[in-house]
Amino acid sequence: MDAAVPPVAHRAGLLRLLRPKLRTKLNRARSDEGRVFKAALLGFVGLFFWTLIFAVIFRMLLYFRGTQGIGDLLSAKLLGLAFLTFLMILVLSNVITALSTFFLSEDLELVVAAPVEPETVYAARLVETIVDSSWMVTLLAVPLLAAYGAVYAAGPLYYLLALGTLIPFLVIPAVLGAGLTLLLVNVFPARRTRDLLALVGLFTAAGVVALFRFVRPERLMSPEEFSSLVDFVAVLRAPTSTWLPSEWASEALMSFLRGSFDWFPFAFLWCTAAMFGVVGAWLHRGYFDAGFTRAQEGAERKEGRRRSLILDRLLRRALPSTRVMVSKEIRVFFRDTTQWSQLILLGVLVAVYVYNITVLPLYTGEQVSFLLINVVSFLNLGLAGFVVAAIAARFVFPAMSIEGRMMWLMRSSPIDVRTIFWSKYWVGTLPLLLVAMPLIVGTNIVLDASLFILVLTSLTMVGITFALTGLALGFGALYPNYDTENVAEIPTSFGGLLYMMAAVSYLAGIVILEGWPVYAFLSARFEGVEATAGTTPMLAGIAGAALLTVLATWLPLRAGIRKVQSVDF
Amino acid sequence: MIESQSTESSFPTLPESEKVSGADGAHDMLELRAVRKLYGSFAAVKGVDLAVHRGEIFGFLGPNGAGKTTTIRMAAGVLRPTSGQVLVGGDDVARAPERAKSRVGYIPDRPFLYEKLSGAEFLRFVAGLWGREGEGVEGRIDRLLDLFQLAEWKDELIESYSHGMRQKILISSALIHQPELIVVDEPMVGLDPRSARLLKDLFRTFADQGGTVFLSTHTLEVAEALCDRIAIINEGEIIALGSMDELRSQAHAGSAHLEEIFLKVTGGEAMSDVIAGLREAI
Repeated sequence: MDAAVPPVAHRAGLLRLLRPKLRTKLNRARSDEGRVFKAALLGFVGLFFWTLIFAVIFRMLLYFRGTQGIGDLLSAKLLGLAFLTFLMILVLSNVITALSTFFLSEDLELVVAAPVEPETVYAARLVETIVDSSWMVTLLAVPLLAAYGAVYAAGPLYYLLALGTLIPFLVIPAVLGAGLTLLLVNVFPARRTRDLLALVGLFTAAGVVALFRFVRPERLMSPEEFSSLVDFVAVLRAPTSTWLPSEWASEALMSFLRGSFDWFPFAFLWCTAAMFGVVGAWLHRGYFDAGFTRAQEGAERKEGRRRSLILDRLLRRALPSTRVMVSKEIRVFFRDTTQWSQLILLGVLVAVYVYNITVLPLYTGEQVSFLLINVVSFLNLGLAGFVVAAIAARFVFPAMSIEGRMMWLMRSSPIDVRTIFWSKYWVGTLPLLLVAMPLIVGTNIVLDASLFILVLTSLTMVGITFALTGLALGFGALYPNYDTENVAEIPTSFGGLLYMMAAVSYLAGIVILEGWPVYAFLSARFEGVEATAGTTPMLAGIAGAALLTVLATWLPLRAGIRKVQSVDF
Repeated sequence: MIESQSTESSFPTLPESEKVSGADGAHDMLELRAVRKLYGSFAAVKGVDLAVHRGEIFGFLGPNGAGKTTTIRMAAGVLRPTSGQVLVGGDDVARAPERAKSRVGYIPDRPFLYEKLSGAEFLRFVAGLWGREGEGVEGRIDRLLDLFQLAEWKDELIESYSHGMRQKILISSALIHQPELIVVDEPMVGLDPRSARLLKDLFRTFADQGGTVFLSTHTLEVAEALCDRIAIINEGEIIALGSMDELRSQAHAGSAHLEEIFLKVTGGEAMSDVIAGLREAI
C-alpha cells in the first residue's frame, strides 16, 4: 500500500462543501419534465405578489409623504416594524432550520468523517441555513425596499446599500439560531429538541399573531387617538428597539433616503455580524462534536399510548381495513409534535379571524347595516373558505406524500387505493368541518345575519369543506413529494401552489354562483317583498354551486387515485 | 438442509385448520409469465418466466442492478409489470389484486415503518389491512414478538427501535396475516446471528407446513443451504434455474459451491482482473 497519505495541508474549501447541495438542486431542476411550465407559472405568481406588495407599500408611503412634518417619521417607523417582523421570523426559522442542517441532515456523517476544518463545516452549514431559512423573507423584502427606493426617488446606490444591509441582517439571526440549536442539542436529545423547538416556535408565533392583532396596531396610525400631536410625534421618533439589528438596518436605509447617510448603524450591523460569525465558529469548534454525538443517540424509549376505546367504538362498524387506516392516521398525527402543535396556531388564527369580524365598522344606519351585514356575512364565505383551503393545504395536501415510504405495504396489501383515499378523505374532512363551521356560524351570529344567509352560508360551507378536502387530497396525489422527511415543506411545493390556485378559483366560482340568489334575496328585502326560495335565480345559483362542489370533490379525487395507481414506488 | 434445533418448537406454528393448503392446489403458488419492466427506455426486467411451486423455498440471485428487486417487487404486487403476467395461486395480480395479494406476505429490503406507531400497533395495522382482527391476531402478535425477543418493546414507538429490531417487525408483519407465500428481499440484512438463524428455521418450517418462500439474497451460503431451487438473473434475464445439482450441471461446475457457480454464470471470470485493479487502487 502506498504510504503517501496527504498532509494536513489538504483542506476542503467552503465551495467544495456547498457544491453537492447546489448540484443536487440544479440536477433536480434539470430532470424535472414540466420545468418550463412550472417556472413560468411560479414566475407569474411571484411577479403578481411582488407587484401587489409593491403597490400597497408604494401607496402607503406616498400617503405618508403627503403628511406634512411626520411623513418621514411614519415611513421610518413602518420600515423599522417591517425589519422587526423579519427579524422575529428569521430567528424562529433559523433555529428550526439549523437543527436539521447542523445535526439531523443525512449527509452530515460524510462531512463529519472527512478531514475538514470545523470552521469550514460551520461556514458551509451556516450558508445553507441562511438560504433555507431566509429566502422567503428576502423575497418579501425586495418589493418593500423597492417601494421605498421608488417613493424617495433613490439612485442605484440605494439598491446596493439595501443589499449590503440585508446580508449582515440575515447573518445575525442565522448565527443566533445555530448557536441556540447547538446549546439545546447539547442539553436535550435531538428528537426532543425538535419537538421542543416546534412547540416553542408555534407558541411564539401564535403569541405574536394574537398580540399583534388584539392591540389593534391600526389605531397607532391614527393621530386622533393621541391626546396631542407632540405625544404622537414623540412615539414615532422613539426607536422601536435600539439594541436590535432591525433598528440599525432601517436607520441605515432611512438616513440614506433622507439624504443624510449615517454610517454608524450600517457599520454596526456589519461589525455585529462579523463578531457573531467569529463567536459562532468558536462555539462550533468547542461544542459541535459533543452535540452531534448526542444527536445520534436516537434510541430513546417512548411508549405509545394504549388503544383508544373511544376511537375503537366510533369505528366499530367500519371494515377492518378502513378502521385500521383511520386509527393509524389519528395516532400518527397526534404523536408527532411537529404536526399536532400546528393546531395551536390554527386555534389562534381562528380566534383572530372571528375577532376581526367583530370589530368591523358596519353599524352606520339601519337599512345600510342590514345590507352590509348580509353582504359581509355572505362574502365571509369566500374568506372562511380561503382559511379552510390554507388549512387543508397544510394538513390534507401532504396526506398521500407522507405514505411514500410506506407504499411497499399499501401496494402489497389487498386493500384498494380507493380505500386509502377515502380513509384519508374522511380523516381530513371531519376536523376541517370542526374549524369551518364555527367560522361561518360564529361570525353569522356575531354579525346577526338573517336566517336565509345563515342557512345558505352554513350549508355551502359544508359543501366547500368537502370540495376543498377533495381538491387538497387529489392535488396532493397528483403532485406528490414522496421522498421528503419534512411534512411542512410539502405544501410549499409547485403542486401546493397549483392546489391553492384551484381552491381560490373554486371559491370564486361558488361566491359568483351564490351571489345570484343572495342578490335576489337582498333586493327583494330592500324592496320590501318576501323573497321566495323557488325563484329561478335561487334555484339556478344554488344548483350551479352544488354541481361545482360535486365536480371539485370528485374530479381531483378520481385523478389522484388514477395517478397513485399508475405510479411505480 | 438446516438443522432446526430448539427454535423450531417456539415458532408460531399454525393449528391444523389454519395450515397453508392453498386456495387452489392445481396452480403453482407464484408464476411469472413473460414479465417485462421498463423504466423509461431502460429495460430492468426483459421477459422473465418462472414458476415457484407450493411448499418450496425459491432463491432469486443476481448481481447488483440485475433486476432482482424489481422482479421481487412485481411478485409482491408493489410494482406493475410493463407487460406479462404475475399470478399468485392462479390469480392474476393485475386483474384480481385483492385475492392474489391476500395470500402474500412481503418483506422489503429497506425497513421503512410508521415511526409513531408501537410495534404491536404496527402489526395490528398490517393485520387489519389484510382484514384480520380479534383475539387471534392479538395472540399471534404476542407469539411473534416473543419469538423475535421484542415482547419487552411491544408498546414502544418504532422510532426508538434499532435497525435489526425494525427488520424483525417487518418479518413479523409479513407473517401476521398467515400468508401462503412470503416474498422477501434480502432477509438477513441487519439481523444478529441468532435472529438470522431463527429466520432460516422459520422459512424452513413455513415451507414444511405447505407455505412457499420466494427470496432474493446476496448471502449465497444462505441460498445454498436453504433453497430448494434457485434462479440467477443477470441484466434482466434469467440465466440459470434449477436445484443445486441442476445448476452445477448447467454451469458444468462439478461439485462446486453456489458462489463459484454464481461467479461463473454472471461473468465472474473477470474477477481476477478486478482483483488486480483493486491492488493498484489501494
